[in-house]
Amino acid sequence: MGRKAKFDETKKVKKGPGRKARKQPDPVFKKELLEDDTTEKKLTHRQKQRAAKRAKKKAELVEKRKALKQAKKNVAKQKEVTIDDEGDNSSDEETPQGFTDDNKEWLKPKQKGKQKEKSKPKTYKSESEDEDDEEDDSGNEDDDGSEMEVDSDDDTSGKKKVGGEKYKVGTLDDLFKDSDDENGEALSEDEGADSGGKLEYDSDSSAAEKDSDEDGDEDEDDDMLPIEKANIKLKKKQKIDKQLADEELQLNIAKQDVFAFPSEEELQNPASLQDVHQRIKDVVTVLGDFNRLKEEGRSRCEYTDLLLKDLCTYYSYNEFLMEVLMQIFPVQELVEFLEASETARPVTIRTNSLKTRRRDLAQALINRGVNLDPVGKWSKVGLVVYSSTVPIGATPEYLAGHYILQGASSFLPVMALAPQENERILDMCAAPGGKASHIAAIMKNTGTLFANDANKERTKAIVGNFHRLGVVNAVICNHDGREFPDVMKGFDRVLLDAPCTGTGVIAKDPSVKTTKDQKDIQRCFNIQRQLLLAAIDCCSAKSSTGGYIVYSTCSILPEENEWVVNYALKRRNVKLVPTGLDFGTEGFVKYRHHRFHPSLKLTRRFYPHTHNMDGFYVAKLKKFSNVIPEPFKDEDDEEIDGKTTEKATENGDVDGESDEEKPKSESKKPVKRPASVDSAQPQQKKAKPNVQAKSNVQAKSNVQAKSNVQAKPKEQPKPKGQPKPKGQPKPAEKK
Amino acid sequence: MKVLSEERTRILFEKLTKYIGVNVKLLIDRPDGTYCFREKKDRVYYISERLLHLAQTVKPDNLIAAGTCFGKFTKTNKFRLHITALTYIAPYAPYKIWVKPSAEQQFLYGHHIIKSGLGRITENTPKHHGVVVYTMSDIPIGFGVASRTTAECRHADPLATIVFHQADVGEYIRSEDTLT
Repeated sequence: MGRKAKFDETKKVKKGPGRKARKQPDPVFKKELLEDDTTEKKLTHRQKQRAAKRAKKKAELVEKRKALKQAKKNVAKQKEVTIDDEGDNSSDEETPQGFTDDNKEWLKPKQKGKQKEKSKPKTYKSESEDEDDEEDDSGNEDDDGSEMEVDSDDDTSGKKKVGGEKYKVGTLDDLFKDSDDENGEALSEDEGADSGGKLEYDSDSSAAEKDSDEDGDEDEDDDMLPIEKANIKLKKKQKIDKQLADEELQLNIAKQDVFAFPSEEELQNPASLQDVHQRIKDVVTVLGDFNRLKEEGRSRCEYTDLLLKDLCTYYSYNEFLMEVLMQIFPVQELVEFLEASETARPVTIRTNSLKTRRRDLAQALINRGVNLDPVGKWSKVGLVVYSSTVPIGATPEYLAGHYILQGASSFLPVMALAPQENERILDMCAAPGGKASHIAAIMKNTGTLFANDANKERTKAIVGNFHRLGVVNAVICNHDGREFPDVMKGFDRVLLDAPCTGTGVIAKDPSVKTTKDQKDIQRCFNIQRQLLLAAIDCCSAKSSTGGYIVYSTCSILPEENEWVVNYALKRRNVKLVPTGLDFGTEGFVKYRHHRFHPSLKLTRRFYPHTHNMDGFYVAKLKKFSNVIPEPFKDEDDEEIDGKTTEKATENGDVDGESDEEKPKSESKKPVKRPASVDSAQPQQKKAKPNVQAKSNVQAKSNVQAKSNVQAKPKEQPKPKGQPKPKGQPKPAEKK
Repeated sequence: MKVLSEERTRILFEKLTKYIGVNVKLLIDRPDGTYCFREKKDRVYYISERLLHLAQTVKPDNLIAAGTCFGKFTKTNKFRLHITALTYIAPYAPYKIWVKPSAEQQFLYGHHIIKSGLGRITENTPKHHGVVVYTMSDIPIGFGVASRTTAECRHADPLATIVFHQADVGEYIRSEDTLT
């Protein structure tokens, strides 16, 4: 019974306010808007008309006068006058004349006009009877600060006030009164702005008048004082020269420099974001064509530093990350990347091919009011959701496991992995199970899927997703991925979606912008290297169908991608193979001082600005031998690192220094390892390959810790050679 | 992963029979290999022998789940089916009920199904027998127990409960942590 009542109530309650709510807000908005529009429009219209008329009249007057003068004087004179306009405005030679009879004349009509139009309070009328000073006027027109300004403007600009100027002031006052009468401050402000525009216009015309007047004065002066005459002639000549010089300069500037490098003051006083944005644009264009557009005496460094700071402030990154990003992208692309990283990627869902087909799912969702499209030709299970009237993560279809919310970029590593039916596959870092369930779907629930994650809490998400999606061939376990070779080996394929700094998914998690520094990156790629080696160890080269490892991250930093893969290439018998993804940009072969293996071209990078998906990296490795080669190869690494130390110092930044440290740690490993591990290994290997792997890891980490402290250069000159020391055939892991 | 005790096996199969009747034996005799029920921390998993062998290499502490979780034994030694078993129950269930789109949401939030939300129901559904709940578009969204026979449903009050809610797919969101 209680329930019945509840249902009824809720329904009724819902219906009521819904209808009202729709009706109410509209008229409220409309009224205000309409009023605003009408008042503003009317006013501006009249003003414009009046102003236009006045301007015409004035222009005519001016022309007449000028024509007279021209007859008398040179063309040069006129030019000077126009140039001096602004200066003249501020000069106060004739200000005292502002309060003469002329003013009285124009003061009267203005006030009358106001009274007629507005029918203002009577107090005003009585006061206006004084009609003596402008100041009085402004005082009468109660309270408008802006008005005061206007009046003062008039004072400054209109020194010699001629009959023509009466109208201007009149119109201005009218404006303000209207606004006062009809509306609050907001309106008056608006109109103030309008009138400001008017004012300028008027003052221009008045300035023109002034000029002409001044000319007239000069004429008179010339007549009066011959010495001055000569003086003025001189001045005019000088001005002409200046003008020509300026024109030349401007021409040159137009050719050479669009952007003037800001002074230190400007840099210290942070400008508005818009200015910063503009400056970023300018600097980017300058850097785009540096030789032509640079300012004399400025180096490229100064521009890039400025750009770095501006980008940091505008996009609120920390300087370290921005520096790293600047090394990855050319400036033009960098800005695009940053811009793309601000906006979220479109929501994509993956059809669960175990339970439904994409077309059916799309139809069902469309019926629920979801607006969607296939994600692209490259995927047969992806759908992009543009808009939805229902929560896309809680529809009955979702709960029944017909689809999963998954970024488009997350399809890629699984597609690269290309699982086959009846294979044994490992996903090392599986949570929350999106990619792993994709694998299971491609395998059609055959074979075996091991979904591992180091975080026990997150494994619950895997369990939930797998059961919802109907994945029944999976074992979900909670190991540290680095120890997984101890648990089980001999997988046909291994997917390693390594934990990373997340620089590719800044849109999802903006905290990356400010929280990451060199140490975080270092920590990440150390783990990634160990994980990748573990993943390779888990994979079986003997597999008839597989032997593939896919390494992916949602980071775009080469330190976490190419460098890690390069590291693995040297330490395990693996080679890179094409990922099978026909889009994406090639992986880096050169990055700063690093020279990676040329086959790293086969890896794929994805960027938010070019592919409209999260930043991503995918590399596919094929294991061609289960033998773990002797870790001697590092000399290549060392050699590279030797170069790196030199090069890195050039940059001289924090970044450079820390970069130096990394190679050190690496370069040391090989040196120590043969000593410590080798002696002990041979016996161990036969007995327990796992132990060896472990001890390797431990040795590494120990050495790293030490090497960071110690000085590097001693170890650098090591014998290299040994192109591929597969050396001792280890029977390490055949199963 | 340990083998279920005799008693627990009996309890489990009794429960399953309530939902899928004689089809229980289809779960055991499968053409694609042998499947078995295994118990871990009172949770019962339905898993193929092949997968079981592999799963046994993982330390019990580190093994989170394997195969499909069917449900759990309570402290009072009763078996409670979880929504995760729906994958296997839905195809074999003899008695089904379809709910109208307007009542889907109610059910997915854990409410019983009332007569007004009833779209279709299998003929001859006995009282207190397990039924699988479908949407009108034939998506299984949970299961429950019929509170009335099909005949009684015809004459029931529109607000009378037809099916007692037991599990629904909304639990994947509501109680993800306790699923297994």
